Order: sequence, then C-alpha cells, then structure tokens
Amino acid sequence: MAIAKKAIVWGLFAAGGTVTAFVVPALITLFLLVATGNVPDGLQFDQFHAFASSWLGKACLFIVLFLSVWHAAHRLRVVAHDFGIRKDALIASAVYTVAAIGTVLAAFYLLTIG
Amino acid sequence: MSRRPYIRPVSKTTWYMRNKRYKVYVLRELSSFLVAFYTFFTICALAILATDSAEKWDSFLASQQNTGMVVFHAVALLYFLFFQTFPWFKLAPKAMPVQVGENKLPDSFIIIGHYVAWVIVSAFIFWLAGVI
Repeated sequence: MAIAKKAIVWGLFAAGGTVTAFVVPALITLFLLVATGNVPDGLQFDQFHAFASSWLGKACLFIVLFLSVWHAAHRLRVVAHDFGIRKDALIASAVYTVAAIGTVLAAFYLLTIG
Repeated sequence: MSRRPYIRPVSKTTWYMRNKRYKVYVLRELSSFLVAFYTFFTICALAILATDSAEKWDSFLASQQNTGMVVFHAVALLYFLFFQTFPWFKLAPKAMPVQVGENKLPDSFIIIGHYVAWVIVSAFIFWLAGVI
C-alpha cells in the first residue's frame, strides 16, 4: 500500500515538473504582458472566454493546473522538511488537502464557464 | 556496548548555508512556491471568468496593471527559468536516458531536444494567446 501511494505522488511530481518547466515561463510572460498594459488579444474577455468555453480549452487548462498543483504540493512537503519541520504526516495531509481543493476548484470554475 | 558515536551538530533550519551546492539545491526547491502561486493565481482568474461578466474580467485585468506586478512577474520569470526550467532540462537525461541499440543517446541530444520542444511549446502558447 505504501509503495502504491508513493508511485502516485511521484508520478504526479514528475509529470507536473515537466509540464510546469515547459508551460509556466510562457504563462508568467502572459501575466507580465498584462501587467505592462499590453493585454494579448487571446486574454481579452471574448477570446479567452471562448477558449475556456471549448472542451479542448477546458481540458488543456485543467491538465496544466491539476499537474502543477500536485507537483507544488509534493515539493512544498519536501521544502518543509528541508527547513526543519519534521511533522511529515501533518505537512503531507495539509499540502495534499490544499492540492485536492485546488483541483476541485479548477474543475468547478472550468465547468461553470460558458 | 558500543561506544557513543560522535554526531556532528547540524542545524535543521540553516544546514544548507555551509555549502554552495546545498544553497543552489534550496534555491531550486523554493521555485515550488512560484508553481503554487501561479497555479492558484490562474484558478482565481478562472473564478472571475466563470462569472461570465466582461466587466469583472476587464476590472481584474486593470487591477493587475501596476509597476509592482511588472517587477514581481519579471523577477518570478527569471527565477523560474534559472531554478526550475533549465535545471529540469539538465536532469532530463539522468531521469530518462534513451538507449539506441547498444549505445545510450548522448546527454546533449536529450537536453537540446528539450530546449527545442520548449521553444515550440512556448511559441504555440503565444500564438494561441495572440501575442505572435
């Protein structure tokens, strides 16, 4: 049982690491463009709403958010250990609960759009 | 009875400060905060989009347009590239060695392949967002 659980969190960590390494720099660049006042056409309400309303758009956004949030959760668990917090069971349940909430919220909002 | 072994005292909270490799390791690990931040930031943006209100979306975009956010995103982008994306590509040949016949594919092939794929993925996202 312990091995089976470890394979799942490790698999999500690896997949999430790859997806975030590839996608997040472009995502931050888009937010940077928004912050400078040069809002890209694709992030204007009509276009972005249409994208998030399509099933392909919903699927892409959900996969990226789902993998990112579980990747972050697993690594923050290790960060807590690195900074001297040795209550792993407590930390693990906290970060994975937040990741589960993030997953549910992402799914809920994506299903609500459109 | 065994002798009491000598255990060198090591701080649980500042152990990484005595070695450059450890410092870089901790800097890499801290990029996980950026992953968490941008994931929940995007989820918040989707929450506003889910109201189906163009006005609320426009006021969200307007609220993001200030010097503080420009500096934050610029620093975050550089930090993320140097402590997440590039190290991840560097370790890829260790994590996923590719064997062709009797030989292993050289590490540089796998690393360059990742950079090429990254440029293509980023270009696709920018095309999708209407930047290019």
